[in-house]
Amino acid sequence: MNSSSPTAMHDKTIAQLSASLAAGEFSSEELTRVFLARIEQFNPGLNAFITVTAEPALAQARAADQRRRQGEAGPLAGVPIAHKDIFCTNGVRTSCGSRMLDRFIAPYDATVVEKLNAAGVVMLGKTNMDEFAMGSSNETSFYGPVRNPWDLDAVPGGSSGGSAAAVAARLTPGATGTDTGGSIRQPAALCGITGIKPTYGRVSRWGMIAYASSLDQGGPMARTAEDCALLLGAMAGFDPRDSTSVDRPVPDYVALLDQPLAGLKIGLPKEYFGEGLDSEVARVVEAAIAEYRKLGAETVDISLPNSQLAIPAYYVIAPAECSSNLARFDGVRYGHRCENPKDLLDLYTRSRAEGFGAEVTRRILVGTFALSAGYYDAYYLKAQQIRRLISDDFRRAFAQVDVIAGPTSPTVAFNIGEKVDDPITMYLSDIYTIAVNLAGLPGLSLPVGFVGQRPVGLQLIGNYFAEDRLLNVAHRYQQVTDWHQRVPAGF
Amino acid sequence: MEWETVIGLEIHAQLATQSKIFSGASTAYGAEPNTQACAIDLGLPGVLPVLNREAARMAVMFGLAIGADVAHRSVFARKNYFYPDLPKGYQISQYELPVVQKGQLTIDLEDGTSKVIGITRAHLEEDAGKSLHEDFHGLSGIDLNRAGTPLLEIVSEPDLRSAKEAVAYMKKLHQMVVYLGICDGNMQEGSFRCDANISVRRKGDPKFGTRAEIKNLNSFRFVERAIEFEIERQIDLIESGGKVVQETRLYDPDQGETRSMRGKEEANDYRYFPDPDLLPLVLDDEFIAAARASLPELPDGKKQRFVEQYGLSSYDAGVLTASRELGDYYEATVAALGSEPKLCANWVMGDLAAFLNKDNRDIGQSPVSAVQLAGLLRRIQDQTISGKIAKEVFEALWAGEGDADAIIEKRGLKQITDTSAIEKVIDDVIAANPEQLAQYRAGKDKLFGFFVGQVMKLSKGKANPQQVNELLAEKLKG
Repeated sequence: MNSSSPTAMHDKTIAQLSASLAAGEFSSEELTRVFLARIEQFNPGLNAFITVTAEPALAQARAADQRRRQGEAGPLAGVPIAHKDIFCTNGVRTSCGSRMLDRFIAPYDATVVEKLNAAGVVMLGKTNMDEFAMGSSNETSFYGPVRNPWDLDAVPGGSSGGSAAAVAARLTPGATGTDTGGSIRQPAALCGITGIKPTYGRVSRWGMIAYASSLDQGGPMARTAEDCALLLGAMAGFDPRDSTSVDRPVPDYVALLDQPLAGLKIGLPKEYFGEGLDSEVARVVEAAIAEYRKLGAETVDISLPNSQLAIPAYYVIAPAECSSNLARFDGVRYGHRCENPKDLLDLYTRSRAEGFGAEVTRRILVGTFALSAGYYDAYYLKAQQIRRLISDDFRRAFAQVDVIAGPTSPTVAFNIGEKVDDPITMYLSDIYTIAVNLAGLPGLSLPVGFVGQRPVGLQLIGNYFAEDRLLNVAHRYQQVTDWHQRVPAGF
Repeated sequence: MEWETVIGLEIHAQLATQSKIFSGASTAYGAEPNTQACAIDLGLPGVLPVLNREAARMAVMFGLAIGADVAHRSVFARKNYFYPDLPKGYQISQYELPVVQKGQLTIDLEDGTSKVIGITRAHLEEDAGKSLHEDFHGLSGIDLNRAGTPLLEIVSEPDLRSAKEAVAYMKKLHQMVVYLGICDGNMQEGSFRCDANISVRRKGDPKFGTRAEIKNLNSFRFVERAIEFEIERQIDLIESGGKVVQETRLYDPDQGETRSMRGKEEANDYRYFPDPDLLPLVLDDEFIAAARASLPELPDGKKQRFVEQYGLSSYDAGVLTASRELGDYYEATVAALGSEPKLCANWVMGDLAAFLNKDNRDIGQSPVSAVQLAGLLRRIQDQTISGKIAKEVFEALWAGEGDADAIIEKRGLKQITDTSAIEKVIDDVIAANPEQLAQYRAGKDKLFGFFVGQVMKLSKGKANPQQVNELLAEKLKG
């Protein structure tokens, strides 16, 4: 980056934009127009947005400018962001990446949307995603695959692939995502940005279309940990409309970013550095860990012995829950309905067969099977027992260390089409992230280098409600490195 | 061949909460279709359930009232099946860990004995909506107003041995939930409905026979008739060499028979699993203690107290405690009168009940208040009016003509107790009936009644009967 010329608006972080808006360098409306123009220019090549809400965005921007003139603007007032199309947005199509909801206009705002609106953000639009958040490459979207700004042949990861690609390509300074088995962290890693999946219960799930309710968690995606801290501070908090949200104060994440890392104990699970990990990715991750040692952290070799059970357990629990969560899409009240159903069964079967794509159908079938009489104990119950073992692994680890570090994904972004016909290989892309959801812990991915032109992410896992610590550990790294400042060629 | 019937009932009592079990929408009955269904009830994408605390409190009250174990931790589960009036494609219910476990209810049998019926469990769940199959030109209409209404499903042990026992149990349970104020008990509106599991076996056979389940019985009469029919059907079937198959049946009240609805092989696999949107329901001691403190006096206890405190027969006490309101009315009457609880009981169970019955009213809708009734009874007690005149006064009270004293005054119904006035009437009667007098004096004692009747007639019923008797006896002697 050329330090002699002022940074372009779209290259600024949220923190920088916030300062510029406060200083009156430009208005939110000007800023919003810049991003809308970039979306118009680059989105056709990336397919990161499903819906662009230009007019409402400009109205929000003008309202934010008005608030600022009245001296009522908080740090996020007038800052543009994008929402993953899994969050219900009042009056705006909320498709969840599915034909099923292609024409569904949500009649209410998700809590996350409501809270960010209250903070004064400007919504640029709704980002592409794997259908119903089921996928690791954004290829299952009804709206087509998203391309990775670092290499247009590569996937951006998934399921929050649209959000990750949009942030990486500077089409938005920040975005929301959701993470059920790695859907924030893996695309963040593959697109070279920062994303955090908070502790289960930290962010309300109200209005966030459910995939697997016991695992789903919303979180921010941005270029820096500082930006994630700003966004998470606005998104998090108890919500009486979500029985699983936790009534616990939200710390000032930004104020806690600068804590020194001296004495920090980082656990390195041997299971995260073994077979299956791409050696080039391993080298980049080890270099990042070496950087942490330089920052005063101590590394400790640890073991999470049940790690290999995470994927099989996840692919019982998540499909089981999704088979039930997606039963409401029956063509009766809203969503896709087949033409001329001849009877009720025809209405159900054709509406669902037409409305859902292959991966969603696969998971519904797997989940239905796993919950069936005679199989429940062998699958669902067993998976829940494994879930406890995995949580126990982490509990033992956190008795020893402050955070756990490792690769976010075993490889860099793969090519579009490369794994679509091989679900098992695709599922392995989330091998290091899934256990975190099963345990309900917070996890963060930050960019720590490249293999070729494709980014590598480092995953940091914290103890329950240690989001502040994760953001701090990521932020300190970003103070001494510039991976998060790299711009994909052409953007 | 001697047969024994085995019956277990599953009763759905709609809990009398203001709002639904997992949403803030109103539970009021009879609104325009789909006007009382919010985003949660419609099962829109992204919505989440939050348990209505009041529903939990009511379930706990029920558990305590039947001496059950109230679970400190119970779990909501999803019962998965597709149906157009089930918006989410699953019903939130409780499966493995219900909030109420192992209670009992004592029923009174016709032979005067009583029997303890086990209650296996009672669990919280949400109701579905309604499918309307008429008036839609070959299509079905869906009304989701009822979707999400809180239900307590109360499951009995297979302890019932006849249709009569089943009805007695159902009535007792109905009385209990209405007493507790947790259900309005309105069976026509579906607030209290029953599924019956019925099987027969040869007397002495330790094993149960194959059962059939009859769904959605919404009156005591239907329960009795449906069970009677089903028992006979099963016995006939077995005796003619057939076999009862496990199935779900529907009772057709018009034909008075049960018909197969679906067989076991068509039964759904509900794929129950704990609902991940709801944390386990954890009830602390404080919550349970508060529910206990809010329990009203229960029917059995009240009945016993009425026997002891008011010297009533067990039967009368049972009638007067049939509902909380009736018991309250009775006690208010006794309190206002200050004495003669038996007189009060006779009037509440007699004239008042007859009038209520005739006008098809509940005690709560009685135009005669307890204080007004006591005002009337006081005038019987102090002999201002006779029991017979009192019936006339009561009718006027019912018609809203004011208090008993005003009616007695206005209509001139005050009893004549002045001896000389009564003697004058007696003298007139004797003078007018010389023939009867002669016969009486010749030994025809039965004619005494004739003279009493004439005196009462001439005094328009107002002469004090006891004085009439005494004075007449004297005068007739000559």
